[in-house]
Amino acid sequence: MESIAAISLTPNVAAPAPAPAAHAATAVSHFTLENGMEVVVIPDNRTPVVTHMVWYKNGAADDPLGKSGIAHFLEHLMFKGTKANPQGAFSNHIAELGGQENAFTSYDYTAYFQRIGKEHLATLMRFEADRMHNLVLTDEVVLPERDVVLEERRMRTDNDPSAQLDEAVQAALFSHHPYGTPIIGWKHEIETLSREDALDYYTRFYTPENAILIVAGDVEPHEVLALANETYGAIPARAEPPARRRPKEPPPRAERRVTLSDEKVEQPAHERLFTVPSYATAEPGEAEALEVLAHVLGGGPTSVLYETLVEEEKLAVSAGAYYLGSALDDSRLYVFSTPAEGVELETLDAAVDRVLARVAASEPGAEALQRAKTRLIADAVYAQDSQVALARWYGEALATGLSVKDVASWSDRIDAVTAQDVRKAARKWLDKKRSVTGFLLPVTNAAA
Amino acid sequence: MTAHNVVAAPKSRAEHVQKVSASCGVEAWLVESYAVPLISLEFSVRGGASQDPAGKEGLANLLAGTLDEGAGDLDSRAFHRAIEDLAIHLGFNADADSLSGHFQTLSRNAPQAFQLFAQALNAPRFDEDAVERVRGQIAAGLKREAFDPETMAGKAFRKAAFAGHAYARPTRGELSTVESLSRRDLGALRARVFARDNIKIAVVGAIDAATLASRLDALLSGWADKADLVATPDTEIASVGARKVVDLDVPQATLRFGRPGLAKADPDYFAAVTVNHILGGGAFTSRLFNEVREKRGLAYSVYSQLHEYDHCPALLGAAATKNERAGETLDVIEAQCRELSEAGPSAEELDKAKKFLIGSYALRFDTSTKIASQLVRIQLDGYDPSYLDERNRRIEAVTLEDAKRAAKRLLGDGRLLVAAVGRPEGIASRG
Repeated sequence: MESIAAISLTPNVAAPAPAPAAHAATAVSHFTLENGMEVVVIPDNRTPVVTHMVWYKNGAADDPLGKSGIAHFLEHLMFKGTKANPQGAFSNHIAELGGQENAFTSYDYTAYFQRIGKEHLATLMRFEADRMHNLVLTDEVVLPERDVVLEERRMRTDNDPSAQLDEAVQAALFSHHPYGTPIIGWKHEIETLSREDALDYYTRFYTPENAILIVAGDVEPHEVLALANETYGAIPARAEPPARRRPKEPPPRAERRVTLSDEKVEQPAHERLFTVPSYATAEPGEAEALEVLAHVLGGGPTSVLYETLVEEEKLAVSAGAYYLGSALDDSRLYVFSTPAEGVELETLDAAVDRVLARVAASEPGAEALQRAKTRLIADAVYAQDSQVALARWYGEALATGLSVKDVASWSDRIDAVTAQDVRKAARKWLDKKRSVTGFLLPVTNAAA
Repeated sequence: MTAHNVVAAPKSRAEHVQKVSASCGVEAWLVESYAVPLISLEFSVRGGASQDPAGKEGLANLLAGTLDEGAGDLDSRAFHRAIEDLAIHLGFNADADSLSGHFQTLSRNAPQAFQLFAQALNAPRFDEDAVERVRGQIAAGLKREAFDPETMAGKAFRKAAFAGHAYARPTRGELSTVESLSRRDLGALRARVFARDNIKIAVVGAIDAATLASRLDALLSGWADKADLVATPDTEIASVGARKVVDLDVPQATLRFGRPGLAKADPDYFAAVTVNHILGGGAFTSRLFNEVREKRGLAYSVYSQLHEYDHCPALLGAAATKNERAGETLDVIEAQCRELSEAGPSAEELDKAKKFLIGSYALRFDTSTKIASQLVRIQLDGYDPSYLDERNRRIEAVTLEDAKRAAKRLLGDGRLLVAAVGRPEGIASRG
């Protein structure tokens, strides 16, 4: 699925992979500084390297009305310097120390991260704390950067019909909630974003009580805490953490279809998105059931969608599903497929209906259920090999209303999901009225 | 030892690498570590798309796509289910010069996981329906990218840069050539490239040398002694100074540019690495980043890199900018190349570049998979494990004089071969 869960500051430095789920680590430490900033330390003593991240609990879904794209634009502008460290000073210093850095913006959070030799952690923390409250912006740097963001939008979306369809599908799925607005913003609104807009947004959200520090690597928790107190702890608390007031999506009542035809489309594609609860909004056990459901339904070549549509019926060349569970508000489950040569999208659409109806009507077999759980839980073990992946899991969880305990118990909760839970989740949430179907089509001469 | 301190510079990275010789004659590099209950293996055999016979472009890519589609007694579905039941990561990939494999397992499943891996390597079934399915997936991918500006720009660039050479051909083939590939072609290519003198392999994780040696025998003793490869001639980027514009109705022009690079064996190679870093490497510090993106807001993405074709050292780069400002963007890029060539980098720039390149080397070794990939790359380049320590010393030794000389050699008169997709104003086809 080409859905964009988060977009990063530069294309060349890979953002860490989005977290499929969470991890059952034991030695993770969690503190709160006096000014309200949270601190999570994840030990990984294999290599003398550290990953340092600061997450702010605000993202594109917190953009004020008419200012879409401001969270992401500000993320770019956070690299423009402070009084003490003018433009480029932080980045140049990181580079000289052999570090790598980037930043990314999602709907529910904005995060800044560096990877570097562990002896330089204190330096990073000083710089990052400085830009939490001392950002300086002038039109001289703001306006060219706005052009950069417009180029980024052209590259991601305006040059690509399938990305344009994705935007239209999301907009149809969330008619009222801001998850329906692209993270990068609508072009006509990006064009009007100003220095004042950015500073207003910065003042509102970039405060210690709204931030989470995640440090993963070859570090001692109490040393990290001491450094955090010296650096981030010196920033005065401002007030209560900023409230995230978002309009609630009304209950969906009508199935919707969005079609995009473009002469640059050679290969048609089919997608269906359902609004479903996230880990943060679900009843106990429900998000876990959706996670297992998505895997049984469309996680790889042993899934129901793949075996049915690709192997047996040969209507599609690929098919799958994905649950985007990390979200502060109700989220989405994706079902996607690519038709085989000569197969009409209407035919594939009907076949997707049949598979989804079957999954809602009958429990998965014991083997299929176990296979899905094995893979999901094993991926949490594989993630222990990457401090970036672990840091990202904890950051994403804490920024979307979950706790360190939730992360640690995730594998056990997945393991507890029953076949009946999976069927119930399918019946309740894979209701077509909750969905938008997207058709990507070539331009045809015949009136369709 | 409980941690793979392969990055524990400044001591030695190399001393953590064990060379493991199996009785079948294959040598693997091993970093033994029990910190995480995983085993990661990466391998590479020479003979990627450059071995595809004429008219059968895409064969190595199809082979990579079908090796895990059923093997031994297990048809495609049974094989996939066995892989999933053990939560194994297994995948193959073909590029211009080689076919590579990635295998990762929880250590508690290692015996069965290695068995499945061995079956994929030694007894792939290439069943008719599985091959058809993968062929369909590749064809859909080609169609999906038929009007993708980046894909089109890459293609136009390679066509002009490598005219008449294997590198001009598409790694994944064309619709018509993919259609023509048969089971027999797959078996024949596999037999030619899967040979014990042709594999480089590295393993990181919870396995000791003796166990690894016996696993390697099980994996590879059925392979031929010697590969049967068609030699790929050395070549150089041609048409420097030419412009290839491909018309596409999109608002942004996608640019690919390049010129000849320096080979890894060249005495100025590490100096060239520093020069490229100063020109267009790194994230937020290069001249291209500052001049194109930061100062002028011309592009979100702009970079250069020294590319690693086995038979063609190259300096390659890319940028994307709205059609109206495409000519201006290219002028800035070419001017930066000329300036760096003529005046060379400043002492301060070189110092910073060296510090970054040396300091960040450790970041290439912070996961098992990354360590294994690095160890395979080093073997492919013909180095010993001592390279792991040698590399930073070579960077450190680059003098300002070296860098100035390398800048002249790398960037010459600053002219570039450019492919542009879109409706770029100020860029017209020529040459």
